Amino acid sequence: MDILFDNLPGLLIAIPLLGAFLTPLLSRAGDSVRNTWVLIITGLSSVCGLLVASRVLETGTIVYTFGVNTVSNIIPPDSGGIPIRIIFTIDPMNAFMLIIAAIVGFCITLYSVSSMEKLSGKDGFFTLVLLLIAGVYGMIATGDLFNFFVFLEISSLAGAALVAYRIDKGVAAEAGLKYAALSTIGGMLFLVGVGLLFAQYNSLNMAVIADRMQLTGLDIIAFVLFFTALAMKCGAVPMHFWTPDSYAMAPSAITAFLVVSSQASLYALFRVCFTLYGGQINPLTVGWVIIILGILSMFIGVTMAIPQKDVKRLMAYHAVSQTGYMLLGVGVGLAALSSTCLSQSIGIMALKGGLFHIMNHALYKGLLFLTAGVIFYRCGTRNLNQLGGLGHNMKWTMVFFMIGALAIAGIPPFNGFASKLMIYESTFLFNPLLAVIAMVVSILTLASFVKVFHSMFMGPKLPEYEDVKEAPTPMLIAMGILAILVVLFGIFPQQVVDALVAPAASALIDYQGYITAVLGGA
Amino acid sequence: MIDNLPFLVVAITILLGLYAILLRKDLIKMIMGISLLESGVNLFLIALGYRWDSIAPIFTGAPSLAMVMPTVQALTLTSIVIGVATLALLLSMVMIIYRYYRTTDVREVTKLQG
Amino acid sequence: MSDSMSKIIRTTADVMFMFIVVFGFYIVLHGHLTPGGGFQGGAVIATGFILLIVAHKLDDFLGWFKKKAFQNFEMSGLVLFIGTALAAIPLGYLFFRNFLCGTGGLFGQVVPYGINPGFLNTAGTIPIMNIAVGIEVLGGLSIIILYMTSGISNHEEGE
Repeated sequence: MDILFDNLPGLLIAIPLLGAFLTPLLSRAGDSVRNTWVLIITGLSSVCGLLVASRVLETGTIVYTFGVNTVSNIIPPDSGGIPIRIIFTIDPMNAFMLIIAAIVGFCITLYSVSSMEKLSGKDGFFTLVLLLIAGVYGMIATGDLFNFFVFLEISSLAGAALVAYRIDKGVAAEAGLKYAALSTIGGMLFLVGVGLLFAQYNSLNMAVIADRMQLTGLDIIAFVLFFTALAMKCGAVPMHFWTPDSYAMAPSAITAFLVVSSQASLYALFRVCFTLYGGQINPLTVGWVIIILGILSMFIGVTMAIPQKDVKRLMAYHAVSQTGYMLLGVGVGLAALSSTCLSQSIGIMALKGGLFHIMNHALYKGLLFLTAGVIFYRCGTRNLNQLGGLGHNMKWTMVFFMIGALAIAGIPPFNGFASKLMIYESTFLFNPLLAVIAMVVSILTLASFVKVFHSMFMGPKLPEYEDVKEAPTPMLIAMGILAILVVLFGIFPQQVVDALVAPAASALIDYQGYITAVLGGA
Repeated sequence: MIDNLPFLVVAITILLGLYAILLRKDLIKMIMGISLLESGVNLFLIALGYRWDSIAPIFTGAPSLAMVMPTVQALTLTSIVIGVATLALLLSMVMIIYRYYRTTDVREVTKLQG
Repeated sequence: MSDSMSKIIRTTADVMFMFIVVFGFYIVLHGHLTPGGGFQGGAVIATGFILLIVAHKLDDFLGWFKKKAFQNFEMSGLVLFIGTALAAIPLGYLFFRNFLCGTGGLFGQVVPYGINPGFLNTAGTIPIMNIAVGIEVLGGLSIIILYMTSGISNHEEGE
């Protein structure tokens, strides 16, 4: 048992990979065998993720080195003091992201087991889903820049193939091509940045580079490359154009996980700003750049969302807009922490708000995309003008949609309100104008979702959807888990913040602690 | 100057790739641009790995000089493998698009706008 | 690829195929001693299959080699790879530990000091992983080309 527990970070990647590679074999034994297998594998990996996270929150940063004899929390002696080996570094920030990926990963698999029933080529689909999950876990857990690139590419390739999975007369392939091309270009920019850092510091390990960071001209170029690539991957505004296409065309369960994958890129962006260049870059400048990106994302995302007819496209633009909130929170945090005239607590509060919003967004946006998937599954269209009166037959879906919509709009008893309030409060003290913009965007979001809700669920029964049925039970369970979490996190925000978000925020700020954890006090 | 020649080639390759991605109107040519970009990056990594007056890291009977870490070679190999996978994926998507749209011109592959 | 090429090309391809495959396996097996390795060798072997596809009719080719065979290659290679990495955990080491190195058994010899012609029976799990990757790549690349030529593209996997 001890061995198993020591190896949990490794199993995090190993279980989904093994599951992915065995899926084609097991699908020859029949659909139900394959579905059970996929569920067991995702269940196990989610349990793994949660266990790792809880261990990290209990005992502090875990450093897991691949291919050594025994577990040790510092670098093994045979690598000469420099971590040449591949390592996973999991500190509370990573643990926080792991929890998100574990919850959403399990829900989407449960959902897609029944939502994919009618389609062909399912063994490939589930292989890719498991690869996507493994890629996202890897992106979150790794402590090595090049490894991050590899997992980034694994998740973007699997994601692109999944976006194009329902070919849909070539339209989905178009979206997939856009996503794949963009991800590849982003990945290449990232790799150039990694090369620039490796050339100067002879290491790929984030902690070592952070320790040796001099902030030369080349480092600044590398920073810009990292920033561009990761902002592109997380769908912030100037590079957001792939988001609506790929989110709208992907199967809904995949969209829910693509959101998490974007947030893994967002996490990496924060990791680069806070840890890799920790204390070296000018926090005010970078903070303001992040704030401006955030404001632009918020505003452009929501204004583009309002006129959309396709419900998933609309939600995708809202995803861009919500990404803006996270950027705003963390950007304000970065800028306020460095400022001398503001107290530190404002910065930490903003940072916590931004991070908490990541988790909340993954939950409620996943829920919303899954409800949109149910509508598409039952009615065969996503066009808002053709839908209507579904509330009579799809009561649970309506309730789940309502929970998600109220949470995204920041209405009190739901989790969106909790994180948005933290962002408003701290941003208002930092710069009142930013808070006003954020509130206006929130109101526009509410307006947009009221429209969607009304046109989908309200009104008389339409003749073509006379006998439309409620979603199958596994899909309802998957949505139910997310909905319960949305409500719980809304009712007990303080407990969640204290247990998960506050350690994550302080781990993100404390780059010295990260370096010490990996290099062993050297 | 002669030391920087590889980096000059890298810059030219990457710029050519970006040119093809941004300005060419054909999907296949864009993918060729992505491929060029990848080659440029791979060349960049390999060029970084060269250190003067050092030897290859083969331990048996080696002269006692500084050894070069073979990390970049490993990076480049990984990056090439990923490049192959990306290329296959992109090309198969273009094939699907061509089957339905009968064109690979980016100005006509625009069913998703708006 | 509906037409096959001329007889000269077909015969040459048939003859070359064997050499290409043998050379590919040489690269795979010597991955830990010489430049090359699983991916490169697997790519060379896949080139041999692609040569056959190009030279002959696709239907003829599918009569000799089934798609399922390549899928099996791909899958078994991947499972062997991840299985080798995972096997370290029950043995009490960490994931990816080279547990065969220096044990004296299969691939477990220690490399002797000095200039030598290269001993295959060294390097622990690395040759096993090379073989796994070789099998996987030969299946994967061949299946990509097969799907592309036959135009069947319900879904595509990269690697």
